[in-house]
Amino acid sequence: MIEWTGVIVQGVLLGGLYALFAAGLSLIFGVMRLVNIAHGDLIILAAYMGLTTTVMLGVHPFLALLIVMPVMAGLGYVLQRGILNQTLGDDILPPLLVTFGLSVIIQNALLETYTADPRKLDGGGIEVASIDLGGLAIGVLPLMTFLIAVAVIAGLQFVFYRTALGRGFRAVSDNQDIAQLMGLNKAHVFGLAMALALAVVAIAGILLGMRTSFDPAIGGGRLIFGFEAVIIGGLGNLWGTLAGGVILGVAQTIGAKIDPGFQILAGHIAFLIVLAVRPNGLFPRVDH
Amino acid sequence: MPELLELSGLDAHYGDFQALYGLDMTVREGEVIAIIGANGAGKTTLMRSISGLLKNRSEDVRYKGQPIGALRADQVAELGIALVPEGRQLFPSLSVEENLLIGGKVGREGHWSLRAVYDLFPILEERKRQASTSLSGGQQQMVAIGRALMANPDLILFDEISLGLAPVVIRQIYDALPGIVGQGMTAMIVEQDITKALSVSSRVYCLQEGRISLEGATGEVSHEDITAAYFGMDT
Ligand SMILES: Nc1ncnc2c1ncn2[C@@H]1O[C@H](COP(=O)(O)OP(=O)(O)OP(=O)(O)O)[C@@H](O)[C@H]1O
Ligand SMILES: [Mg+2]
Repeated sequence: MIEWTGVIVQGVLLGGLYALFAAGLSLIFGVMRLVNIAHGDLIILAAYMGLTTTVMLGVHPFLALLIVMPVMAGLGYVLQRGILNQTLGDDILPPLLVTFGLSVIIQNALLETYTADPRKLDGGGIEVASIDLGGLAIGVLPLMTFLIAVAVIAGLQFVFYRTALGRGFRAVSDNQDIAQLMGLNKAHVFGLAMALALAVVAIAGILLGMRTSFDPAIGGGRLIFGFEAVIIGGLGNLWGTLAGGVILGVAQTIGAKIDPGFQILAGHIAFLIVLAVRPNGLFPRVDH
Repeated sequence: MPELLELSGLDAHYGDFQALYGLDMTVREGEVIAIIGANGAGKTTLMRSISGLLKNRSEDVRYKGQPIGALRADQVAELGIALVPEGRQLFPSLSVEENLLIGGKVGREGHWSLRAVYDLFPILEERKRQASTSLSGGQQQMVAIGRALMANPDLILFDEISLGLAPVVIRQIYDALPGIVGQGMTAMIVEQDITKALSVSSRVYCLQEGRISLEGATGEVSHEDITAAYFGMDT
């Protein structure tokens, strides 16, 4: 029994990482109805930025966040205002095509720069450390990841519902023209939303890089996990995203327990079941 | 009185369709202008052009002497023009109070604050935490007006603020108007109800199929003039 409890706890904690993958996607879709196909590759880009920072400065990956987060946020703002804003309109195809192209470009740039060899961020031992809870060993890094995910989602929730910036996000999401009448320049607001999303991506990338080895090709898989968590949780609901991540994580660890080759498939099956039963996800957004 | 807004040869298009043809108009500081016209005459299009939601040639719209025709709506808002849009158009995911607060986003100084709006429309203070969509039509219109006032504009544009409201609510909203323009605000009021429009305005423009068919001081235009200009009958 304790064995299965352990499996479920692991799954829940893994869900924290997936929620971090998903939060940025959900935020961007919520504010500007943009589906960012390059999201997973941006996570991997952040992991590589973390690698370069830790190697060059000899600092812990968590400290590297002080550099990677602002750089990713700045990149997000420039990317949005320079390219993505031009693709937004009545037609949903251009942003899909452009972010798909971006995904290919990022992968190739990473391949050129870092080769295809798997790399890992050195967490200085916290990757293998664990605490014992009544016979249940809980990994320190997964636990930290989960707590960080909760904090990030709570923070995003605060920004969205308690600050002028969040009010602007919601207003632009509701009605771009009228928001513009209120003095909100939507190009700038979208830039800020992407900056915020990529700051979260930076955190996700660093945590991913400490947890597992990564190479330039794995972004697509992270995108899928993020998508699944968003859809399971219900579009536009940040806490739902965390729930979605947890459900996906638990399904995967249970699958892996049954058969190691079954991990990813089990996650997809859980996703399909939720989609079949609740097409809008478990906690779809309610206005206000 | 100095000119606040000047339109010269304003054209407006939706794709291939031309909705406004060379409008010339002047609005002086402190005036209340009524814009009347049949459905589809171009009144809303005019409001959208002035507020920057529709792009025009830069010099077609001058505000305080500055060409603003090609500015974005947010830039126009910052210069002090606010629009109460047709159909209220509140933000559904914002509460009543948040809708008002976002109106103050441009951060212009002046008489209007959350307090002043609540004093004008006390019911909104009672409902401030509610979703804006949960209000009655008249209350929503009050939010839309309050939201525009929060910007402390020099020029406020009202597009059919009485549309779909009960007469008693319309009266309540129009009763509030003197308190609004009394603060030195210049206003343009689009209204289907001609009597109502004339009762609050000092000058009137009538639009017909995208052209000005009549202009004059409210006291000086006759009923027959207006009927002719409104329906396009020969005089
Ligand atoms: N988005 C649009 N696309 C194409 N044509 C439009 C659009 N909006 C308005 N029009 C056309 O422009 C003309 C003027 O419309 P407008 O909305 O300005 O009229 P209005 O005077 O405000 O009418 P109403 O009294 O019904 O509100 C109409 O012929 C209308 O069909
Ligand atoms: Mg209209």
